[in-house]
Amino acid sequence: MLDGRSQIRRKIGLRLWLSGGWLLILVLAAVFAPLLSPHGPLEQDLFLGRMPPFWVSGAEPGYYLGTDSLGRDLLARILYGARVALIVALVAGSITALVGSTLGLLAGYLRGWVDVVISRLIDIWMAFPPVLFSILLIAVLGPGLVSIIIAIVVIDWTRFARVVRAEAMAQGAMDYPASAQIAGRTRLSTMIVEILPNVLPTIVVLLTLEMGIAVIVEAILSFVNLSISTDDPTWGGMISEGRTSIHQAWWIMVFPLVTLFLTVLSFSQFGEGLKDRFDPVLR
Amino acid sequence: MQILRSLLFRLASTAVTLVGVAVIVFFVIRVVPGDPIAMMLPPGATEEDIARLTALYGLDKSIPEQFFIWAGGVLQGDFGTSITARRPVLDLVLGRLPATLELSIMALVIAVILGGVAALTGTRERGTKVEAGIDVANGMALSVPDFLWALILILLFGVAWPVFHISGRVTPSLDLPFVTNFYLFESLLRLRFDLWADIVSHMFMPALALAIPLAAIIGQLLKQSLKETMHLDYVTLSRTKGYGENHVIIREALPNAILPTLTLVGVQFTFLIGGTVIIERLFSYEGLGNMAIDAVINRDLPLIQGIVILFAVIFTVVNLVVDLTYALLNPRLRHA
Amino acid sequence: MSYLKISNLTVNIAGTSARLLRDVSLNVEAGEVHGLVGESGAGKSMIGKAVLGTLPRAIEIVSGAIELDGTDLLKLSPAEHRKRLGQSCALIPQDPLTALNPSRRIGPQITDRLTDILGWDTKHARERAAELLDEVQIPDPQRVLCSYPHELSGGMRQRILIASAFAAEPKLIVADEPTTALDVTVQKQILKLIKDMQQRHNTALLFVTHDLGVVSKICQSLSVLYAGMVVEATDVRSFFREPAHAYSRALLAATPKYTDPEASLTPVPEEVIAAVRAEVEAADQRLRHG
Repeated sequence: MLDGRSQIRRKIGLRLWLSGGWLLILVLAAVFAPLLSPHGPLEQDLFLGRMPPFWVSGAEPGYYLGTDSLGRDLLARILYGARVALIVALVAGSITALVGSTLGLLAGYLRGWVDVVISRLIDIWMAFPPVLFSILLIAVLGPGLVSIIIAIVVIDWTRFARVVRAEAMAQGAMDYPASAQIAGRTRLSTMIVEILPNVLPTIVVLLTLEMGIAVIVEAILSFVNLSISTDDPTWGGMISEGRTSIHQAWWIMVFPLVTLFLTVLSFSQFGEGLKDRFDPVLR
Repeated sequence: MQILRSLLFRLASTAVTLVGVAVIVFFVIRVVPGDPIAMMLPPGATEEDIARLTALYGLDKSIPEQFFIWAGGVLQGDFGTSITARRPVLDLVLGRLPATLELSIMALVIAVILGGVAALTGTRERGTKVEAGIDVANGMALSVPDFLWALILILLFGVAWPVFHISGRVTPSLDLPFVTNFYLFESLLRLRFDLWADIVSHMFMPALALAIPLAAIIGQLLKQSLKETMHLDYVTLSRTKGYGENHVIIREALPNAILPTLTLVGVQFTFLIGGTVIIERLFSYEGLGNMAIDAVINRDLPLIQGIVILFAVIFTVVNLVVDLTYALLNPRLRHA
Repeated sequence: MSYLKISNLTVNIAGTSARLLRDVSLNVEAGEVHGLVGESGAGKSMIGKAVLGTLPRAIEIVSGAIELDGTDLLKLSPAEHRKRLGQSCALIPQDPLTALNPSRRIGPQITDRLTDILGWDTKHARERAAELLDEVQIPDPQRVLCSYPHELSGGMRQRILIASAFAAEPKLIVADEPTTALDVTVQKQILKLIKDMQQRHNTALLFVTHDLGVVSKICQSLSVLYAGMVVEATDVRSFFREPAHAYSRALLAATPKYTDPEASLTPVPEEVIAAVRAEVEAADQRLRHG
């Protein structure tokens, strides 16, 4: 039995290390993008359009991952694209977590009419097709980073609200919140001091997962040409652009796609790894 | 009595949800910048023309007023007229609905087959490397959304090794004898297997992309609940009767393991249908989702409203069907 | 000749040297009821599982033989093994509440072995099932055959499981604590039913129980187990008259008497445990070198 358990733990450890490692690399790459890339992300050179990556014959020295149709350095664009992706992940993820968890906590702990209203809102939100809703919101808000963040918060708060509501309800049904109230705490302070810490691990896991989703939503919106602007480097925009010349220059689409894939996978695996870490049965 | 009451409650709450969706969409899209009427008219149209068209689509009235006119129409089956296509929204939407339904159902079938096979194989080979491999594959499939799977499939089977069509619903040069828009079903009914094969070859990639995450969920949940069932006494008893592992898993464990999986799969299926929006766009598949994105880009307000409401209706119907299936499959509820 | 003959059976947790059964040998004659007694964890159920081939995957048979009517089951291919068991053995499980599949009707759960493994036609199998239900005193068998398990009481379900075990006229039935999960009043009826059925069908019975009172009522012979080892194997009459092993005597002293349930019970004394532990270790030594 002991062997089995330590094996499980090793597997979890590996998963956390690999996904955490990739995310760390990404953060460093985003921060030090100007130092790492020999070219600017917007620098065009129409004579150097669609240059292949360095290991393919005909590559242009200095452009390690090749260039796109306008002769812009793919590596530079991916690095600068990481900035957009990470900002969206962090900011949109955190605000979504804050809004959704607060509403979920209020609904699950206070119950009554608060719960009725919030649950009803969740039901209505669940009846929207999320991608269409986000495209619609961007159309309303206009393209730009702030619009994307608002759209993600507006659409995804239910992910947190649903789970946190259920957990808060389960915690609220236990004995300790009642005894805290008997000891003289108000309901609101009981909620924050007693309930919240017990729900926090769940929120952290959901937040990690939400960051991956935020990156994808940004990519989808860039892909539909509704994200930031067509010039600014975003992975989704690069993929969308690369798709049109996929038969002539596969690398324009493949590199941002691989980066996006690994990033989304890492956020999700990091979240799952954390979930197992927080699970008292496995700990 | 009890059942009737809970059904009525269910319907009432569904109605509230749909009204909520309608209100939100209606007001959100009224804030959309960009004048749909201006986009319709050729350059050089007079002020008078603009005013006339604005009045024609009711856009000169206040927003609440517009809502009640629109809601009144919806109750009579009139969803308004598309600004870009200048045809009734209902006709347009119902014309595209079959394409999206066929795609979603095909994706569901693929997901059930892939997930079912993964769960059954994983249960059969429990504790071995095969099961560990299935778990890793499931984890990957679950972590990455349909949008990325679609791009990867396009690269692999559309570009690197082009075996499937990656654009459209059917080869345009083919002569279609269909009277309905359910191409997939109608081609089968007419025994036109040549057309059927062409349609499937167009649908397979988008359907697979939609199916992969759902397949992983089915695989994971079903395997977990199968493994729990395999420890129960009636499974052991069946073994002592002389039955082999396959029979024991499929006949004894599976019927009892399906129920807990079913409810969750229902919610996930609505996510899959929501995913058709972007997947149809990626594969230029002429369904509702693709039409929806065009409608947003063209600021075709009545059409957007109609499509969103239709999606909401589909989602609630799916949830209702799942609950009914659950009740039908569970002998305890069936005889209660 | 014995119908079931287990010789030198040793069973481990797979991949480890943790022993669950140590060099177990026992014989069950045709038509005989043999009791397997011991405290929980002594390995009595494990023997039944080994015979029926339902050991969990994490448990492996290290050595020994399980001969059924002269054939060593452990030498058969898995498919042959299953077929052989399906034809000649059956199980009466412990918990009637979990031993019937909740999503299948009672009828097919009784007849499936007859139609699928033994090749009977459906109509014949169904008649047989109705007969059997009649035999285990279930009223209105036709209705019960069409019911789902949750519509029946625990006692009814145990009767159905007994009927199902006898359906194919097996030569050997393993009864794994068949009365433990039932109410005391139902226990007696079920025990009598099993005994009647066993005598009528002349079936050998391997009866796993921790209750010596039950053994005295139904068994002809018994094996006493401690820590996966047979400490005494004898016939019931001499066991209750003068048990040979110190552990058996202690076990008997620790069992409530039906005649005098209030009489004080002596737990198994420490020194007896120590002595039997020493024997277990000696057996382990033998196994390691042998």
